[in-house]
Amino acid sequence: MKEVITNTPPQNWYLVLSTLLFSIGVMGVLLRRNAIIILMCIELMLNSVNLLLVSFSAYAGNTDGQVFVFFIMVVAAAEVAVGLALLVSIYRNLGSTDIDVLSKLKG
Amino acid sequence: MNTLIYTSVLGFFCMVAEILNLRKLIVPIVVLGLAIIFGLNLLDWNLNKSFFNDMLRVDNFSVAFSGLAIFTSLLVLIMSGDYYQKEQGYISDFTAILVFILVGGLMMLSFANLTMLFLGVETLSIALYVMAGSRRFDIRSNEAGFKYFLMGSFASAFLLFGIALIFGTSGSFNIYTIAEYTANSQGNISPLFYTGMVMVIFAMLFKVSAAPFHFWAPDVYEGAPALITAYMSTLVKVVGFAALYKLLTVVFYYTSVKTGLILNFVAIATLIVGNLMALAQDNFKRLLAYSGISHAGYLMLLMMASHELPTGSLLFYGLGYVLSTLAAFAIAIPVFEAEGSENISAFNGLGKKNPILAAALSMAMLGLAGIPPFIGFLGKYYIFTESLQAGFFYTTLIAIICSIIGVYYYFKVIIAMYGKPGNDQKVSVSFTYALVLGLTLALSLYLGIRPGAIINIF
Repeated sequence: MKEVITNTPPQNWYLVLSTLLFSIGVMGVLLRRNAIIILMCIELMLNSVNLLLVSFSAYAGNTDGQVFVFFIMVVAAAEVAVGLALLVSIYRNLGSTDIDVLSKLKG
Repeated sequence: MNTLIYTSVLGFFCMVAEILNLRKLIVPIVVLGLAIIFGLNLLDWNLNKSFFNDMLRVDNFSVAFSGLAIFTSLLVLIMSGDYYQKEQGYISDFTAILVFILVGGLMMLSFANLTMLFLGVETLSIALYVMAGSRRFDIRSNEAGFKYFLMGSFASAFLLFGIALIFGTSGSFNIYTIAEYTANSQGNISPLFYTGMVMVIFAMLFKVSAAPFHFWAPDVYEGAPALITAYMSTLVKVVGFAALYKLLTVVFYYTSVKTGLILNFVAIATLIVGNLMALAQDNFKRLLAYSGISHAGYLMLLMMASHELPTGSLLFYGLGYVLSTLAAFAIAIPVFEAEGSENISAFNGLGKKNPILAAALSMAMLGLAGIPPFIGFLGKYYIFTESLQAGFFYTTLIAIICSIIGVYYYFKVIIAMYGKPGNDQKVSVSFTYALVLGLTLALSLYLGIRPGAIINIF
């Protein structure tokens, strides 16, 4: 295990990469108006966390982080299933997946 | 641990019951099952044991708050039979999801590992997204569900990133190991750990709808079906605060100097936003949403003072909030159904039409406003005492001023019932709502006079 790691880039690079991916996801959620793109951006945020956990886990020689990644994958799948179901029901009622049509609740 | 397993089995039973054609019996069996689980949970008092390789830890804290969570679910499920009378075909789905929300809550209360915290938060949240959007053909319910989903999963991603950073710096997900790491490396903790800590705390503050993370709450509470709003505003808030309290008192106990300023700012912002915005509301569910935000502000005072371990006050205030809010909803749901409107004006003239109901709603509102002899008054009193003892003089002063402002908007409902003329629409309350109403108001009055049973429990 140790020999493999000496040939790979320093761990901070993974930290920077996953922070970058996470930030792209955050900006996507905040700036895009299409609900499906927003869903994909949330997935990107979750996957950047996966990358971070796997890198921490590999560099510390501690498998806990890799097990956690499986939990995140399962939960992300469940979350997307519910989100898409809600989106389908909105599309049936309003005929659009743009989140600006969601403006019935204000006060 | 047994509590968690039995509750999950109950949830699976709800789903299987539809196949076995037991639809009529589901609600009574679930209510009975939850009552038994409530009793079994209390047997774990003073057990102090870890389960599943230190994934869950049952201690007096988790037993007490699990008891409160199970009691809340019990009251909501008693009402669900009548609430879903017109949707009998889906009753097994609805009760199953309501029970699984409780399962998520129980995980959040007894976690000893951040994995369990994450799974608990997600089990609770995903089930709630479904329930908030469960009126499929009502666009307002769809909108509430989807908004809650987007914001909730956004916050979950922050929770995860925070957990990943904490894991990276401390090398473990176990909350006691992380606490040991922070205790042993005083002054030498990596800045990444603090980043992770702030992200986890912000995600939890989002779940309990503290300002400036509260913007989803009014919309979601207004659009979701009334019973789900009642469940969301009681169970989720209490469980969320208990989980945050556990994080602050176990995981971040030795770094509480760093969290103090953030929590102080959030407490003041939550108090001011919740109370001032509630003044302008006409919709009753929206009013209760802002009232829930302002109660989150009072509970934030306890989070600030968490290094003094005010567990009894937290339980007491949480119980008081649950009792008053559920009493208000047990009256509001039948009134909404009779009047076909969810505005405060739906209560116009209730004092003449149905004096008992009007008196009961006045009692619930006085309990929320914190007027003696109801439980809300003593709850606030304990909170202010704790935060003064911890040395937060100005924040406590702001909280006291805010609680005086709060009296105004709760009295708006009482004035509508007694002071304004209403229509001739009859309002009748079925047995289950009356049962919940009687139970909550009696307990609220009893504990408001004799608080010793709860406040000195720890």
